[in-house]
Amino acid sequence: MSEKPVKVLAENVHKAYGRNEVLRGIDMEIRTGEVACIIGPSGGGKSTFLRCINHLEKIDSGRLSVDGELIGYKQRSGKLYEMHDKEVAEQRRSIGMVFQRFNLFPHMTAAENVMCGPVVVRRDNKKIARERAIELLGKVGLGDRGDSYPMQLSGGQQQRVAIARALAMDPDLMLFDEPTSALDPELVGEVLDVMRRLAESGMTMIVVTHEIGFARQVGDLLAFIDKGVVAEIGEPREILANPQSKRFQDFLGKVL
Amino acid sequence: MSTDAPEDVAQPREKPPIEAVPVRHPGRWVGAAIVALFGAMLVHSLLTNPNWGWSLIGEWIFSPPIVRGVGVTILLTVLSMIIGLVLGIVLAIMRLSPNPVLNGTSWLFIWAFRGTPVYVQLFLWANIIALYTTISLGVPFGPEFFTLDTKTLIPAFVAALLGLGLNEAAYMSEIVRAGILSVDEGQEEAATALGMSRMQTLRHIVLPQAMRVIVPPTGNETISMLKTTSLVIAIPLTTELFFQASAIGNRLFQPFPMAILASIWYLALTSVLMVGQYYIERHYAKGAMRELPPTPIQKWRRKLHLGGAA
Ligand SMILES: Nc1ncnc2c1ncn2[C@@H]1O[C@H](COP(=O)(O)OP(=O)(O)OP(=O)(O)O)[C@@H](O)[C@H]1O
Ligand SMILES: [Mg+2]
Repeated sequence: MSEKPVKVLAENVHKAYGRNEVLRGIDMEIRTGEVACIIGPSGGGKSTFLRCINHLEKIDSGRLSVDGELIGYKQRSGKLYEMHDKEVAEQRRSIGMVFQRFNLFPHMTAAENVMCGPVVVRRDNKKIARERAIELLGKVGLGDRGDSYPMQLSGGQQQRVAIARALAMDPDLMLFDEPTSALDPELVGEVLDVMRRLAESGMTMIVVTHEIGFARQVGDLLAFIDKGVVAEIGEPREILANPQSKRFQDFLGKVL
Repeated sequence: MSTDAPEDVAQPREKPPIEAVPVRHPGRWVGAAIVALFGAMLVHSLLTNPNWGWSLIGEWIFSPPIVRGVGVTILLTVLSMIIGLVLGIVLAIMRLSPNPVLNGTSWLFIWAFRGTPVYVQLFLWANIIALYTTISLGVPFGPEFFTLDTKTLIPAFVAALLGLGLNEAAYMSEIVRAGILSVDEGQEEAATALGMSRMQTLRHIVLPQAMRVIVPPTGNETISMLKTTSLVIAIPLTTELFFQASAIGNRLFQPFPMAILASIWYLALTSVLMVGQYYIERHYAKGAMRELPPTPIQKWRRKLHLGGAA
């Protein structure tokens, strides 16, 4: 395992909203092809950490890099320079993100949602992008729903479209922020299946989730984030079997 | 409880109709009778009182000066609304920008143009245009890129466009801003996460969704603009509908029928606008409703079909 290159490296990452210190020194190392699951109590900073990784939020202190490249900053002769918006946008292209509330574009059909990124951002040819979109929709089991508007789809279908939309930009890192929390229980499985297949294809993934079963089966790494720090981290089966802290034990007692 | 279990127990049961005597509404009948009576009196007076001057209206309604006036009014409305909408979008984006200079400029513009009467603005523009006989574009106190003789423009019409368009932009920018703010933040976030720039996000994701909120008040603004064009007498721009109608009325010592004539034209034009607004609103409802409601024409077709089948 350890011979694989490091994909995401967080060192002592801090982030505060005003006086509310949300991240208070996060350390994490995720290698290429790994699936890292993040669990933890509400308000602990899980979403904030994910949003820092693709620079939807700026970090206050520490270092955060993807593929060895700092996120949002350039380093030249030992000095840090803030990146231009354009360069940040470029960095984000190779990082896909899936949201708890799907955030599909409601004025576009499923296929248009998926092709929108490539067409607008990469200026891909529309016809080719559409073919590719239908192909991606097929991969998430929605090959025949390309012309449906998000409103006409179930929650599980919408989330699968959202995954296809993120994949359309050919990312090599996927961030999932509680992708199944807004779904009816009977729809959770279809989304987790898509994610499982994505993991098997070798995608590096960071998944904030309360699906302990998914973390145990698919995860290479499980982190328990509490009050803005990584309280426990390790091989999922191992740390689930012997949680060290009282907080983690209590938390597991509630979700399991 | 049969021994062989049915495949699916969720079968619908029979659906007997509810049989009840409908509630009677005698009050509604009395109300309708009173309204009908007054309506009949009004129609009678309209038709028989000679002061309305229907024959005069009929004589003049399609006369060349009036029809030309209608044309100028439509042109003024359309062009002013285009200026208002485009500049309004720009002002709204500036207003939401993190750049304090852009933000402040937009605020100042809206403050000035919304805070003074449009009639006064029209009067001011007419005088400003008369003051500046040449318009030049260039670096302040520096080289000029091009100059334009205002006499080669049609001064009154340009003054009217500036007055109406810039005033409208101040109102439109607030409408557009409200529309932009109505779009869920998650939309911008998702677009940003895909790698879109701020402008790409605005253009492809936020504005199309904001349109649903922007279109209805813009329809009202257009209807209002159509009527506001009658104020260009402040410049004065004399080719417009109401000025022409009043001029003819004064000449014939019959101002009242001519004002009615102008009203008929304004009503006809606003009616056309309302139909247009309906279809534009319907277009931007795409994705916000599971199924678009049928248009009135579709409704009629369906009724005819059902009637034919039954
Ligand atoms: N944009 C923001 N402005 C101010 N405070 C924020 C903002 N976003 C998040 N917070 C605060 O940061 C803290 C951590 O939020 P975060 O969303 O990262 O938690 P979380 O671990 O994802 O929780 P949950 O499981 O409820 O999603 C919360 O106290 C929240 O109120
Ligand atoms: Mg969260």
